[in-house]
Amino acid sequence: MNDPPDHRPVIQFKNVFFRLDNGLELLHNLTLEVERGETLVLLGRSGSGKTTTLKLINHLLSATGGEILVDGRSLRDWDLIRLRRTIGYVIQEVGLFPHFTVERNIALVPQIEKWPLERIRHRVQELMQLVGLEPTLASRYPRELSGGQRQRVGVARALAADPPILLMDEPFGALDPITRVELQREFLALQNRLRKTVVFVTHDLREALLLGSRIALMEAGRLATVQTPDEFVHSTEPLTAAYLNAFGTDLKRGAS
Amino acid sequence: MNLWQFILQNHTEILEATLQHLQLVAISTLFAVLIGIPLGILITRRPVLNKPVLGAANVIQTIPSLALFGFLLPAPWIGARADRLAILALTLYALLPLIRNTYTGIKGVDRAIVEAGRGMGLTDGQLLWQVELPLALGVIIAGVRVATVISVGLATIAAAIGAGGLGEYIFRGLAMVNDQVILAGAIPAAMLALLADISLGWLEKRLSPR
Repeated sequence: MNDPPDHRPVIQFKNVFFRLDNGLELLHNLTLEVERGETLVLLGRSGSGKTTTLKLINHLLSATGGEILVDGRSLRDWDLIRLRRTIGYVIQEVGLFPHFTVERNIALVPQIEKWPLERIRHRVQELMQLVGLEPTLASRYPRELSGGQRQRVGVARALAADPPILLMDEPFGALDPITRVELQREFLALQNRLRKTVVFVTHDLREALLLGSRIALMEAGRLATVQTPDEFVHSTEPLTAAYLNAFGTDLKRGAS
Repeated sequence: MNLWQFILQNHTEILEATLQHLQLVAISTLFAVLIGIPLGILITRRPVLNKPVLGAANVIQTIPSLALFGFLLPAPWIGARADRLAILALTLYALLPLIRNTYTGIKGVDRAIVEAGRGMGLTDGQLLWQVELPLALGVIIAGVRVATVISVGLATIAAAIGAGGLGEYIFRGLAMVNDQVILAGAIPAAMLALLADISLGWLEKRLSPR
């Protein structure tokens, strides 16, 4: 807000490699930039390296080669705890703490950041409204919620301390199709208002086309292409075409 | 004279022996908790220590109890009094279930939950106190329960080295070939074990995350 519109990428991968201790290479020479306020979708099959890429950003995994920059600063120079608290993290519903109520789950980061209690309470109410959760659910435990409600709690928790960056790892993957579409729509509306920098992992092409401002297609640990949804559906690249075929031709109409 | 008459006649002494027994078990279990739980946590953080620590606790468990009392006899200060000796031996026996359950309890917490916590910027200490320990608590209490029940039984043998407790009656009855005297020690001991099992079982259920 203090500087003029900033076109510097928020997240940069520079020739990044990730290899397991046993020598297996999960990520090969990844170079990728995520712009401020965009939703970059990492699309690919299981084992293509998309979740690995995501976890390298908040340093749950540590790159074995190359360099990753967040806000122009190398991860090597970040205090890891600070870094992670400026990045919201949403994973499939399992990530909620089962022994915390909805309210405490959402309040997690503000609480460890030692916000005053009144401010935390206010923020929790605000967030529950933002993601469409009834205020009466605040004292429930995650097991007492539906899958869709749990996922909303997950999003609210990630947004709690208003982080500029959101990482989402197949957040809607475990939901039934109707709830998934509902949450996808709400995500779009939310993102229109909040303009976070989002990195979103999915294997679902429809989801990628609907939510992404750009789609990074990954295959066997390598980045294949980075395209806008529109470029994607008209692309003649063999891999892209294979995806379009697998998901049916009606997508072309849907996106344009 | 039947058993009930014997118990009624000697109820003050039996009660005293029961209290003494309880004291041996309570103090040794407390020590075992204070040592075993931190050790269990430590080996989740330092995997290299896992095998040596669990191995040592396992080896202690395989030493026959009478032999362990005997081994410890020459120890300075501890060996000077029978109750210190008994408490040390009972503590050592109680370590394995506590270390093991603390370790498996923490390791058993859903990795996705721990990773979510770490990804959101919880420090290692916050992760331990707010996530791992609360979610492992049921399994840890189960360890305390096993340790306590084992201790109640083992503490009867402490009478052999003169540490008192309900074992006094059992050993005396064996020497006198008198079933009533044996039972006067064995029945309260069994009741103590049951009581410990039921109450800690209740606690375990209450504190387990549902």
